[in-house]
Amino acid sequence: MASVAFVSGFCIMTVEMLGARIMAPYFGGSVSVWGSIITVFMLALALGYLLGGRLSMRSPNALVFASFYVSAALFSLPIILFADAIMQPIFLAVEDARYGSLLASVVMFSVPTTLLGMISPYSVRLLVEREEHSGQMAGLLFFVSTIGSAAGTLGTSFYFVLWFEVNRILWGAVTALLIAAAIILVAGYMRGSLGLRVRGHEI
Amino acid sequence: MKSRLMFGLLLLALAAPAAGEVIHQERSLYRDITVEQNGPRRCLIFNVHRGDRNQTCIDLNEPERLVFSYTRMSFAGLLLNSEPESILVAGLGGGSIPMTFSDLFPDARIDVIEIDPAVVSVAKDFFLFEETANMRVYVNDARVFIKRAGLEGRKYDYIVLDAFTGDYIPEHLLTREFLEEVRQILNPEGVLVANTFSTSRLYDHESVTYQRVWNEFYNFKLPTSGNRIIITRIGALPPRGDLTGAARRLAERVEKYDIPLLEYPARMSTRVDWDMSRRILTDQYSPGNLLRD
Repeated sequence: MASVAFVSGFCIMTVEMLGARIMAPYFGGSVSVWGSIITVFMLALALGYLLGGRLSMRSPNALVFASFYVSAALFSLPIILFADAIMQPIFLAVEDARYGSLLASVVMFSVPTTLLGMISPYSVRLLVEREEHSGQMAGLLFFVSTIGSAAGTLGTSFYFVLWFEVNRILWGAVTALLIAAAIILVAGYMRGSLGLRVRGHEI
Repeated sequence: MKSRLMFGLLLLALAAPAAGEVIHQERSLYRDITVEQNGPRRCLIFNVHRGDRNQTCIDLNEPERLVFSYTRMSFAGLLLNSEPESILVAGLGGGSIPMTFSDLFPDARIDVIEIDPAVVSVAKDFFLFEETANMRVYVNDARVFIKRAGLEGRKYDYIVLDAFTGDYIPEHLLTREFLEEVRQILNPEGVLVANTFSTSRLYDHESVTYQRVWNEFYNFKLPTSGNRIIITRIGALPPRGDLTGAARRLAERVEKYDIPLLEYPARMSTRVDWDMSRRILTDQYSPGNLLRD
């Protein structure tokens, strides 16, 4: 469980760090481009927390949890495959690079980031067995996923961009999300071994 | 007590040899900007604390004289195109390059791109820079400006890329895709002059990238400057004899700016002195800031 929380934190920041690189050819490297990216990530995460918490009210299970990872991976694909096709028309339509980069960030990053944001509250619900442990569990999960974020930020900005092309790094993030989904499903199948409870679902 | 004071003063004098008086200091969104005055010489310094002291200076008594070697070197492109009618300068700094162009070619249209609005006001307030009917500054990212110029079909006779002042290297201005966009806005007879890095691993990466897009280029270095200037154009480069001839014709016109044009042709070389096996910089792969050491 901790490992998949790490992966989600890691991937969020990897994509965020690369976001500036992806958008620079169209919107430049000014501070406002970073502003756009961070704003969109924060808003998407906020929405994700809300939705993830809401969903955790209805028979929380590993299948739904894994589907967050799978869909975040799928919705990250357009960043790899269609980035130019997305940014070109925005560049043409919006003269001001600030709003251009904001719009491009929304289109490319809001959906996968919202999905990744849903993971945190949902995983708290899955992990909490007794009320008095809820704070401790939430603390542990935030700890692990935030450590993952730190590692993703550092790894991407210090090393990955030196070793790999941007798209190769993004494929790596997609693969990591899918592996995390597989781990959740296996763990869910083995029931209870990692504190995951599967109710009303055959896996 | 007195001797201690003397000692302190001595230390101060040693710590700041010939440092001028700071007449302006500001922290902009992109860098720390300091303006220093030392006698008649006034300098614009980026990132004093880091010690890379990237600077441009003017002599207030003779403001048209170009104080720095690399600034003068930016005019070597005149040897390939001596009558540019449209000029693009990416990176304003103290404004010496565009002002010299404006003085030399008052009828040419000069577009200057500067990402940092604070640099624009400092150039105007302290370095005698003025926009004219023909010379305009656009506060924009060079990549964005050039991409849009390409889409609008605007072209230039003389392009100077000098956006690498200060601490951080704009990595999106080093890539093959960027250079292809620059190529698109260069007239067939136009010339590109790029102020680039002469040390570090980046030298090799940058050289192979320029080579990929422009086939060949003049590598222009002077012993008096740590900079390397790349000079190229779309067609084949002219034979050296043409450069010498152009230098003779133009030398007198640029004398008042202190540009020693006659010395330049001998220093412009097409010899490959970089590691050809280095990876080309692209939008997908451009870790410029990590390749500096």
